[in-house]
Formats: sequence, C-alpha cells, structure tokens
Amino acid sequence: MRLRKLEETFFKGLMIASVSMVLALLIGIILVITLRGASSLNLSMLIQTPKGGYYLGKEGGIANAIVGSLYLSLGATLLSFLFGLPIAFALQKEYTGRSLSNITRLALDILWGTPSIVYGAFGFVVMVYFGLRASLLGGIIALTLLMLPIMTRSIEEVIRMIPLELKETSYALGSTRIETTLKVMFRQALPGITTGILLAFGRGIGDAASVLFTAGYTDHIPRSLFDPVASLPLAVFFQVATPIPEVQQRAYASALILLMIVLFVSIFSRLLSRRFSRHIVR
Amino acid sequence: MSHISLRNLTIGYGNEQVLRDITVDIPDGQITAVIGPSGCGKTTLLKSLNRLIDLYEQAKVEGQVIIDGMNIYDPRTDILALRKKVGFLSQKPYPLPMSIYDNIRFGPKIHGMNGEQIQRRIAALEKQISLDEPSLKPVLQKARFKKDRQMELLVEYYLRLAGLWNEVKDRLNGPASQLSIGQQQRLALARALAIEPEVILADEPTSALDPISAQLIEKQFKFLKENYTIVVVTHILRQARRIADYVIFLYMGELVEHGPAGQFFSSPRDERTRAYISGEIS
Amino acid sequence: MIWRRIKDNLAGKSMLIAVAFANSIVLVIAFGLFMKSRPILAKESILHLLFSSTWAPLKGEFGFFPFIIGTLEVTAIAMVLAIPVCLLSAIYLSEYAHRHFRELVRLVVDIMAGIPSVIYGLWGIVVIVPFVRVLGQAFGHPTTGYSLLAGGIILAMMVSPIIISVSMEVFRAVPVEARETALALGTTRWEAVKHVILRSSRHGILSAIVLGFTRAFGETIAVLMIVGNVPKIPASVFDPAYPLPALLANNYGEMMSIPLYDSALLLSALILLLVVSGFNLAAHFALLRTERGQDR
Repeated sequence: MRLRKLEETFFKGLMIASVSMVLALLIGIILVITLRGASSLNLSMLIQTPKGGYYLGKEGGIANAIVGSLYLSLGATLLSFLFGLPIAFALQKEYTGRSLSNITRLALDILWGTPSIVYGAFGFVVMVYFGLRASLLGGIIALTLLMLPIMTRSIEEVIRMIPLELKETSYALGSTRIETTLKVMFRQALPGITTGILLAFGRGIGDAASVLFTAGYTDHIPRSLFDPVASLPLAVFFQVATPIPEVQQRAYASALILLMIVLFVSIFSRLLSRRFSRHIVR
Repeated sequence: MSHISLRNLTIGYGNEQVLRDITVDIPDGQITAVIGPSGCGKTTLLKSLNRLIDLYEQAKVEGQVIIDGMNIYDPRTDILALRKKVGFLSQKPYPLPMSIYDNIRFGPKIHGMNGEQIQRRIAALEKQISLDEPSLKPVLQKARFKKDRQMELLVEYYLRLAGLWNEVKDRLNGPASQLSIGQQQRLALARALAIEPEVILADEPTSALDPISAQLIEKQFKFLKENYTIVVVTHILRQARRIADYVIFLYMGELVEHGPAGQFFSSPRDERTRAYISGEIS
Repeated sequence: MIWRRIKDNLAGKSMLIAVAFANSIVLVIAFGLFMKSRPILAKESILHLLFSSTWAPLKGEFGFFPFIIGTLEVTAIAMVLAIPVCLLSAIYLSEYAHRHFRELVRLVVDIMAGIPSVIYGLWGIVVIVPFVRVLGQAFGHPTTGYSLLAGGIILAMMVSPIIISVSMEVFRAVPVEARETALALGTTRWEAVKHVILRSSRHGILSAIVLGFTRAFGETIAVLMIVGNVPKIPASVFDPAYPLPALLANNYGEMMSIPLYDSALLLSALILLLVVSGFNLAAHFALLRTERGQDR
C-alpha cells in the first residue's frame, strides 16, 4: 500500500518540477528580452530608418524593418485569407464528398507541417524562374504559402463548431448552398474568423526563414511591390550577428519591439474571441 | 458486510444545493433502492458513499457518511481501502482498455492480492456459496488443487458470479470493448466483485441495457444480496418494486421518506411519495 | 429562381477549384524543387550525395552526410529532452491541477507557441550558450557553447507548446467514466493515469510526438543562431553541428555564384520537404488504421 502512495508522490514531484520548468522558461524569455532590450529602446529606433553607418553603431532606427514587416504580414494575411476562406468553406459536405475533403485536409496538414524555409526556397525558385529579384512581392508570396494552411485550419475549426441545426434550419427554409454559406454560416463564423486572421498575422510577422530568400533586405521603406523590403526578424538576426556591441544591443531592442507586437496581437485576439463567445448560440 | 449511516449529509455544487440534510441508515445484506425523479441528487448521493465525488472540484460536502463506525469524510480516511470495500457500477459501463481477463484481474492486481490471499478468499467463498449456483462449487474445488492457476480460476469465478462466464469463456484474451453493452455491464459487475467489496453501489445499472440483459443483472443482484449490501439508484419504479428490500425516496435533494419495501409501496406516509408512486410526478 | 441555381452552381464549381488548388500546392512545390535539383542529381548519385562527408562546394563536392546527421542529432536531443517533461506536465495539468492553474498554464503555453523563432534564438545566445559553456567545462569538454546541445535545448523549448497542448487535448478526450471506473476500483490517481488514461490515449500521444518531431526537424532560425554551423559530424554534444535547414539559410547568398551550389541547396530543401511530409503521412495513416480497429 505504501509503495503505491510512494510511487504516486514520486511522479507527482516529477510532474510539478516539469511544469515549473516550463513556466520558468517562458517567463525567462520574456524577462530577458525585455530587460536587455529596454535599455536601448528609444523613440528614434521606432521612427527612423538606418542612416549611413547605422550598422557601425551610428544613428538611425529600424523603422524600415517595422514598416516592412507590417507590409509583408498584412499583404500575406490578405492573400491567404482570400484563398483560405473558400477552401475552408469548401470542405463542408455539401460541396465536397468525404474522400475528397479528407484528402484535402491531409494536403493541408502536410502544408501546415512544412518548414518555412522550404517555402522560402520555393519562393526563390519561382522568382528566379520569372526573373524577379528579392522584393516585397516575393516575400508576400512566400509568407502567403506559409500562412495559408494556418488560416484555413483556423477557419475550418470555427465552421465545424457551428451547430448543424443552424445549417439545417437554413436549408429547410429553401436556401441554396451558397446562400446558406454566405448569409448564415459566414455571419456565425465571423468572430472566429477574425480571431483566426489575427493568429495568422501574428505568425507571419515573426517568421524569418521564408522571407530570408525572397524579400531581401534594405534600409529603405519600399515604395513599390518590386522593391526589396526589410523585416523585423531579419533585422534582429543581422544586428546580433555584427561584432559591434552597440549594434548588438539594438538587436535586443528590435527583438523587444517584435515581441511586443506578437504579444499584443496574441492577447488582443484572445480578448476578442472571449468577447465574441458571449453571444454564440450553443 | 458494512453498516452504512448518513448523518446530515449536505452537498452543494457551486451555488446549487443538491442534497439537503440527509440522515438515514442503510440496512445490511439487503438491496436498498434509491428512487426519485431525475436530477434530485440520487447519483450524487451514491457517489458520496465511496468519495467518488472528490473528482468534482466544485462539490462541497458537509455532514457525515459513517461506514463501519468511521466517518469516511474524515481527512485521515484511507480512500483506497474505502474504495476496495465499496464497489461501484456506473450507468454506462466503461470497459478498461484491455482484455476481458485483464479487466477482471485489474482490481486484484492493483491491490496486490497475492497467491495466499487468493487461496484464503477461495476457501472463504466456498463456505458462502448458496445452492442456487451449483456451477460455482466445482470451480472453487478445482482452485484448491491448482495453485499456479489461481488467478485464472478466480477470474472464472467472478465471471460466473456475474452471469457472464458462458458467453466469454472462449475469448478471455479478446478486447473488452467488443462486448455488447449488456455484457459490458456484467463485466463491470464481475470486475467490481473481484476486489472483494462488502458493499455494491449501482447507478441506474440497467437503464442503458436491453430487457434481457437488465433481467440478468437484476437476477444477479438478488443472488448477491446474501453476501453484500447493495444500494441501487433507479428511476424505474417497477424495478424498485421487483428487487428492493428497502427504499429511500429523494425529492429535490431532500429525503422525503424511507422504509422497508413492502410497507413503502403499500402505505406511503408522505403526500409526495404517494404522488410519485402512483405516477403523478415522475 | 433559375438565377439562384446558377449562382449556386458557380459557387459549387469555384469551391472545387479552391480545393484542387489546395491539393496541388505541395505537389507544385515538390515539383519545382525537384526540377532545380536535377542538375546535381545528374552529376552524382543520390547515395553519394547523402552519405558522403566531404563538403567543398568550390571543388564541386557536395556530401550531405554531416548535415543530415546534424539534423537528426539535434532533433533527437530535443525530443529526448522535451517528451518526458511535456508528457509529465500535460498529465499534471489535466489530471491533478485545479482549473485556474490549468487555464493559466494553457495561456502561457499558447503564447509560447506564438513567439517568433528569432527571439528564441536570441535568448539562446544570451542564456543557453553560456550555460552549455559552463556545463562543458564541468564535464571536461571545453566548448564555446555554440553546440549540438544548445541547439537541442532551444528546439526542445520550441516544440514543448505543441506537445503539451496536443497531449492535453488527447487526455481531455478520454471520458470521465474512465477515471471514475478506475478510481472506484481503488486506484490512486497515478495508477488511473498509468493503466487507463495513458493506455487509451497512446495513439493521440504518438501523434503529438510526431507533430513535435516534424516541427523540430524543419526549424531553422533559432537553431542556426546557436548551433555552431561547422560542417563536421560532432564528436560529442558539446561540439558544434550543422543541421540541414541551417545550411540552406546560411548559404543562399552564394547559391548563384558557384556552379551546382543552388542545385545542391535546393535538393536539401527537397529532402526536408519529403522527410517532413513523409512523417506527416505516416502518422496520419497510422492514426487512421488504429482508429478503425481500436481498443477503447
């Protein structure tokens, strides 16, 4: 009898240690980045683009990267939403049979698990083929490929949670499939879809591997889709790789900015979804 | 056999009061039926007798449940021993994810019943056997002479006791999940008996079963009551009439009336009891 | 009336086009990468490429072996570190913890899942690299800290959110009756977990692990920043390593200037794609088959 209780106490101890470690590590990340980054964070970092000599420690900021990331992520979010929304709705049984929808879900699962560097490499292949150079457009395309499965999966989960009765009621009143989809399902799913969009946006803004090959890097804010564009993750990456301490410090500040954006989007989407759930028909 | 007494048992879930000030003694060696309309706290009452209610975070228990002179809600209680003494059958039987044989063996294995204890148990059982089940005697006699096959014979014994042996004897190593629901419930009975309880609690044991399986379970209960104290929650009045020796009537969480079955059904004292028995409220 | 039907018909057809598009993306990507890999596959056999240890692009030598080993080893270290910690955490959170604590940790884990890879890498440089350096001294293996172990540790942190949250979902799917039945028979909470819950959810846990594995396999930036990037097979965990994604990321700049370099690197991208997809498919079919003949 005692042996059994002892075994439980032992494993319970291991479990508590594990959970504590997980918690400590996360809080550790946020703390370290904040502490290190806060000291170098100032307004000019946010507003100015790098002037000459920025990478040697002189003036300037990373506005190019901040704006660049926003352009990239917004563009990719828009595109992946445009493609992902129909795909998610198409997986319902009134549009596709069971085997087709299963195969599609499998394809989407594979895309979901594909490393972002593969998307970057593919984007590069496409760009070379068309003779394009690293640009905002290239980055957007690679990011869209990355975000598409995430967007589609979020939207599909929202659709799945809508009670069947709602659909049935609509059909029973004589509406066609597309009428039900647009007028009933879409409206019910809208809050969840919004959350899904935010989630995908947050993922896209933090990714480095896919934009590495395809978006290039520049000190300027792009004025057209064909200009190269800087991004926050790459800004961090390049700054930390230099041997100059001031620039390395700025890497932490840049990381802090990126972290704050991601945390903000995450918390905002969570609050939004909680607010929307209050009104859901269950 | 145990003497079970409830003293001022009061149970609340969050803000709701489920049981109010229940005080009653449950007779030994008899089948006690707990009846009343749905949602009146019958299951809660049952689950409070083996502290299964501890699983529900929001449940608050006041008062006492005294089994063999000890209040089981005293913090010093050995819960594992309590649950060995008080067996439980739930409404929907859940076969453990293992073979039929392992399902029965599970309880004895957990409680570390070794060869000697099994021998002693078999010897004690031999004395208790009633003449209604002649098939059991030869099993016990075989066990005495085959020490290495004790566990197998014990499993056979309990399966016979539950009335399931003939249907599963050829597939003891097959998965228990493939049994029909009536068989699964009898398996659950055998499994509960295998830990040598003194009390058997049953929560609507036949409500999920077809009539024939239901009849089998009722028959086994009547056979078992000689050696066990049985408490059955049921919402089927006719079942209570068929098998109960003692009846407890719960209405809206209150103990309205209780007494020996004959007296209870023929001349109820409370107005609500009369209404329930005659089918006016259900 | 007819107009409504026409609209519906069109909509149905567009849906099918969308689905066809979704299905074709992986194939198009694989095809594109393959076409670009053909030059190098024409020059050397695939076996030579996979198993040779000589990496000298200027001389036209492209042996991927050290990189493949690097990837496998760093992923293996990550899984060995992550799996026990995550499973134990998931069990505690789902079976022992109070509701508020569980929701708090779930929130924390979800946030952790969204943190960009480059930030993990930065933190790795600040915290993990010095840690490994000290550890290395203690074990008699002097090291800069930029090593296989560092890469493994940061990867373990990055896959933990997935493994924990999927495992928790899997445990939540086991019905309450399972726990009630076991506990009613007099088991301790831990015995109920051991004999009933883990058994009924083993397929789900396996898929959680595979998901974590594929994420670790393809992770690029964070590992790149702390793993050392030396194209030699590491002799110990304290030596630097060079996983495949890191190779790809580091050298894309020179890709076009050295003959066959781009082809070799894109071949490595193709290998990554195939391995990760292969694991995904295998896990999918395994889950499917066991769900059909499953023991509850």
